[in-house]
Amino acid sequence: MLKKRIVATLVVKQDVVVQSIGFSRYLPVGRAEISAEFLNRWGIDEIVLIDIDARTSGRSIDIDLVHRVSENVFVPLTVAGGISSSQEAKKLISNGADRVMINTAAFLRPELISELAEIFGNQAVVVSIDVKRDSNSSPWVFTHCGTKNTGLSPVEWARQVSEYGAGEILLTSIDRDGTKTGYDCPLIRNVSDTVTVPIIACGGVGHPKHFIEGITKGHASAVAAGNFFHFTEHSSITTKAFLRQHNVDIRLDTYATYEGITFQRNGRIDKWPEDYLNRLRFEYIADEVI
Amino acid sequence: MKKPKLLIVDYGIGNQGSVANALLKLDCTFKLSGKREDILRADSYIFPGVGAFGAVMENILASDILSTLEHQVLEKKKPILGVCLGMQVFSEDSDELGFHKGLGWISGHVRKLPMRKGFRIPHVGWNEIKIIQKKPLFVRTEKHSNFYFDHSYALYCEQSTIAATCWHGSIVIAAVQKENIYGVQFHPEKSQSSGLKLYRSFSSMMS
Repeated sequence: MLKKRIVATLVVKQDVVVQSIGFSRYLPVGRAEISAEFLNRWGIDEIVLIDIDARTSGRSIDIDLVHRVSENVFVPLTVAGGISSSQEAKKLISNGADRVMINTAAFLRPELISELAEIFGNQAVVVSIDVKRDSNSSPWVFTHCGTKNTGLSPVEWARQVSEYGAGEILLTSIDRDGTKTGYDCPLIRNVSDTVTVPIIACGGVGHPKHFIEGITKGHASAVAAGNFFHFTEHSSITTKAFLRQHNVDIRLDTYATYEGITFQRNGRIDKWPEDYLNRLRFEYIADEVI
Repeated sequence: MKKPKLLIVDYGIGNQGSVANALLKLDCTFKLSGKREDILRADSYIFPGVGAFGAVMENILASDILSTLEHQVLEKKKPILGVCLGMQVFSEDSDELGFHKGLGWISGHVRKLPMRKGFRIPHVGWNEIKIIQKKPLFVRTEKHSNFYFDHSYALYCEQSTIAATCWHGSIVIAAVQKENIYGVQFHPEKSQSSGLKLYRSFSSMMS
């Protein structure tokens, strides 16, 4: 059976991975290739690399950055940032990207979605949709890094982009971004129940249980987080161990599995019992060699 | 003994770079090229493919390597591993975005995955495979291994050619095997350790 995916988004600004809050505040984290390497080592299912400065600087995401990040990543890498032509997409795919993602460019010229799908197949084309709710709590699609209201509802725009040939949609709640209060599940669910392509939920994760909600309440096929994975060692593995314990069907085949671990209420792992730790001191654990 | 030469075939479209990264990680000796001399010199091939069937076939025909490669594969029986679209083009034809003829190396056709309630198309993500023919591709593969799939169209072929399957509302052929011709629908270069083990098995075949 197809597993649910845990996806990490790496938001890059001025060549640095950043923590993003509400699409307006950015705190530095580190180098993209290091983050990606650790995420890969810790069993992440997919990585999305987004250059949020690209479009406003009049370029698409840097090919060299993509190449460097992809060298130690053996999971799919989706790249985004100012991509507006199939030539740009071709160069990125030849240099380590597996899929391309477009946001504002899709709104300005939706035919681009079909053009990319015709050459690369719709499975290689992801459309990113950012959403903000107004004072009546009605959701609206925003482009240009969350600054321009398109006047379209997320359900309507999602329907259109999938008709144009998008293979997948990354749906982000700008309001929830960086708040650690969980996904906007009603938003995710409304879009997911409308289209037949997979939806990746994004925006708001602060606790492993939020991933579960994205799947069970939001009906997402994949659950993404940016900030959440950066600050704890083995974050994606412990998250998956938590999800496994709650019967979510995900892949967990890293060498370390954290099976049997217990979790605190805040989602962090408990310390192993003392006698277990004492025994571990004398156990030889060989490296995995392929 | 001479070291066997593995070639990643570069015909202008695809994620050859990612496949090369995977082989570098395994410390495998290989070459990445689309030149005729390199095709003649190689002992085995990896044939990656990303894109729509029509676009991929167009690139293969325009690249001028087909007759050389066909001779090595069909006459000299050198092993070849097709990946994703690389495997699909081994078939007779596909109806993705129009009707396109394939290379016809395996009898079978590429058709759109059927829509089934509760299963979304494209089939994208990690799925568990059922191994039917263990040797040589899956000798290092553990039970219940997951591989990364990303496709809307799939190959349908004879029972005897099927090496592995998975489930997505209907049976999806995950791998094929016919004499020296091998193919996988999933992306080993994107399937972390499961995928690396498969590339190790293929590259170790000749030694």
